[in-house]
Amino acid sequence: MPTKIEKDSVTGEMTTGHEWDGLKELNRPLPKWWIYILYATMAWAVVWCVLYPSVPGLTGYYHGTLGYSQRTTVDRDVAAVAKQRGTYMARIKTLPFADIRKDPQLLAVAETAGRITFANNCQPCHGAGGGGNPGYPALAAGNWIWGGKLEDIQQTLIYGIRSGLDNARQSQMPRFGADAMLKPAEIEQIADYVMVLYGKSNGDAAAGKKLFAENCVACHGANGEGIREVGGPRLASKAHLLGDDRATVIAQINNPRMGVMPNWNTRLDEATIKSVTLYVHALGGGE
Amino acid sequence: MFIRHETIEKNAFLMLILTLLVISIGGIVEVIPLFTIETTVEHVTGVRPYTPLESRGRDIYVREGCYTCHSQMIRALRDEVERYGHYSIAAESMYDHPFQWGSKRIGPDLARVGGKYSNDWHYAHLINAQSVVPESLMPHYAFLADTRLDLDDLTKRLKAQRAVGVPYTDEQIANAQADARTQTDTNADQKALLKRYPKAVAVGTGGTITEMDALIAYLQVLGTMVDFADPANENLRQ
Repeated sequence: MPTKIEKDSVTGEMTTGHEWDGLKELNRPLPKWWIYILYATMAWAVVWCVLYPSVPGLTGYYHGTLGYSQRTTVDRDVAAVAKQRGTYMARIKTLPFADIRKDPQLLAVAETAGRITFANNCQPCHGAGGGGNPGYPALAAGNWIWGGKLEDIQQTLIYGIRSGLDNARQSQMPRFGADAMLKPAEIEQIADYVMVLYGKSNGDAAAGKKLFAENCVACHGANGEGIREVGGPRLASKAHLLGDDRATVIAQINNPRMGVMPNWNTRLDEATIKSVTLYVHALGGGE
Repeated sequence: MFIRHETIEKNAFLMLILTLLVISIGGIVEVIPLFTIETTVEHVTGVRPYTPLESRGRDIYVREGCYTCHSQMIRALRDEVERYGHYSIAAESMYDHPFQWGSKRIGPDLARVGGKYSNDWHYAHLINAQSVVPESLMPHYAFLADTRLDLDDLTKRLKAQRAVGVPYTDEQIANAQADARTQTDTNADQKALLKRYPKAVAVGTGGTITEMDALIAYLQVLGTMVDFADPANENLRQ
């Protein structure tokens, strides 16, 4: 117990009253402003625990008197921005494409929404501006596999291609080589003819033409112009899905590579899909 | 004061008892709330353990340090939700040991990348990201397509997961090898696999199982397990 509180002769301050073998200690309490801030933070911690979700209870956690939740906040933010866009998006959703295109302002909104959504979701495969990548069709080129009308594009976007949905666009190229439907020599002959269709060769490729007529025209059309109803790509063209060299063509006939486009109806809402449709249609290939 | 300070200071045993008493108050304040922490855990339907192949894919994801550039955590913020989809919930990573939330996004968040792109795209993109995304900074992982996936210890791996709380059933463990093979052959009958592991995505067409197959199977299931349209998850609907 402090027994000898006294004034230190050198500093003029009071001692704590303790003495250890002649050593004394000055009484230097913590600064008042510091100690009060410490007490205030303690009090604030208690207030904070009351206001905000803090401790777990027997039937769930304590929600706090303010009822704050980050989820409610984000729901509110999303709803607020949806409301802001609502006037436009609701009209994009309900109006037919023809009416949207008649309204320049609405069309501008749709194409902007479409462009942003495209950049996030479609660009990784189809390239910036729909330029395409090997295996992923160029959308700006007008070389449509499944049709380039607004309704066609919308249908493809909603259900995808070979996405596993019942309504998805489906087509299957037989494995002519791998399943021994054609001999390797025959496949080479067809490839020669396809080179003619591609405009890379001007030989007559009569044997290939005959085999093509027997095996390929049902999907690719009599003159390789493609049949959109069955998703048979156009061959008589200079733009090609996988590449235009003979080896690629042979590989494709042997054991075809068939791309998959995901269905977007579970990721994007109706109005957004229509916006993307309008954007893709306006890239340069729309019909 | 009924006990004077001097009394405590001069009695080591009393001081010990009182010290323990004071410390235990601090301990109790910290420990007691945890007794009922279970009541705060959110249960959602749909989350399942990874298939053997996905699980190996996840190992490769961790091994290659994908988490250093890709997060798997869509925060509950408007701009994130608009770009990536529904915000992540804790239950979605309940079987991750350790979770891959990450904190750095040099690449995009991957929490809901499953189903966004086709398997073919993932192959092309992992082999050479710039071939499909010219502006990408991602390194090339072509070697994954040339590396045979080691399946020998698959059963042990699943058992290890079970030991830390992932509820793999005996049936799932017994079928580990078969499930991995089924999932790497799109032509195989997926029914049994899908019964054990709903929403599993088949990759590859049989033949040699590569690390690439495993990684893609893992990527394709990310964020797809919870169906936010399911009435059971109504409280999560945005």
